[in-house]
Amino acid sequence: AEAAELRARLRAVRHTVLVLSGKGGVGKSTFSALLAHGLAADESKQVALLDIDICGPSIPKIMGLEGEQVHQSGSGWSPVYVEENLGVMSVGFLLSSPDDAVIWRGPKKNGLIKQFLRDVDWGEVDYLIVDTPPGTSDEHLSIVQYLSATHIDGAVIITTPQEVSLQDVRKEINFCRKVKLPIIGVVENMSGFVCPKCKNESQIFPPTTGGAEKMCQNLNVSLLGKVPLDPQIGKSCDRGQSFLAEAPESPATLSYRNIIQRIQEYCEQHHFQEEKIM
Amino acid sequence: VFAERTNLAGVRHILLVLSGKGGVGKSTISTELALALRSAGKRVGILDVDLCGPSIPRMLRVQDSAVHQCDSGWVPVFVGQDKAIALMSIGFLLERLDDAVVWRGPKKNALIKQFVTDVAWGDLDFLIVDTPPGTSDEHISIVEALRPYQLLGAILVTTPQ
Repeated sequence: AEAAELRARLRAVRHTVLVLSGKGGVGKSTFSALLAHGLAADESKQVALLDIDICGPSIPKIMGLEGEQVHQSGSGWSPVYVEENLGVMSVGFLLSSPDDAVIWRGPKKNGLIKQFLRDVDWGEVDYLIVDTPPGTSDEHLSIVQYLSATHIDGAVIITTPQEVSLQDVRKEINFCRKVKLPIIGVVENMSGFVCPKCKNESQIFPPTTGGAEKMCQNLNVSLLGKVPLDPQIGKSCDRGQSFLAEAPESPATLSYRNIIQRIQEYCEQHHFQEEKIM
Repeated sequence: VFAERTNLAGVRHILLVLSGKGGVGKSTISTELALALRSAGKRVGILDVDLCGPSIPRMLRVQDSAVHQCDSGWVPVFVGQDKAIALMSIGFLLERLDDAVVWRGPKKNALIKQFVTDVAWGDLDFLIVDTPPGTSDEHISIVEALRPYQLLGAILVTTPQ
């Protein structure tokens, strides 16, 4: 009966993309937010962003929605809307203060994730983007399990160039394979820095073992793109503004836009193939 | 009645390295702190309780090591220039380095308890405990398991943003 409830709620969701890593602090939330903004630029598309990082929900701040509260209506919880076609849900909206620590064990976290999926009234959604915490644990197992009620187009996996990150990301790739979650591809963040003054390029996080490129070759997954470091990215996140809108000329913006397009193409193609089969 | 000498009986101080946020340098700081204390002549151990993303073995170049058992439990891997820093991490228990540890909370909790009670640390001045990001199972469990011992305190790591 529960599975049927979830299926009903998620029936109007056309595409679902999970943003994963394995490593913390590589830019999952940053990427999830920009993916949401990028897809919502097309006003004819309805985009939903779900933040299931219960201990460290970054999405409210990154989307400029800190302090917002969730409202209940007859049809469930209302997402918080950034634009008419971009709705957001995060545990951050349920806290009375942004400094409140959510110190929950796995089962309680799973319960909240299920509630998000069951009780949030998303309406008709073209893209549901799910931002996750680092790791391969309760939240990840649960989201894959609960979303099996609908279908997940795939996972976008975020990394930085260094081996200490890749090490954890390889585990995440194995997790995806274990739970039969298709991998749309890998994004390498913090991939080089071009000095705005002297235009010299530095590798702040040197790819000592070949970076995401080598890892993707070895594991036969797609490298969606590399995004260089740009101090404006962090600033935009802190201020709750879309980096793509704040710095349209940045090489990082160009990279992000290319990656977002590739994800969109993957989802559309996937849908088309499914329709063909049906 | 025999008073059992626990595996942590010889540890003088325990330091937790925490954040909340991932990727800010907890494991890096834990490693450097251990090396610096060792340089200053202290006896040091590192307990890596990041079960999903154990970074410490690679940072100390022992990612290919395995652990052995003795009468009092697991023997830590000895690292550092003089092989005098004792290290325990789930990294050493994995069959393959790329194996994902896809465990729910209760299984993680059980292993963390075991890491606290079943590693033969010996006599240490400092035991540094590296944690994963967040405020969840691992953190609750490690604090509960360490409560009977001399918990010196926590060091919190952040970045400026």
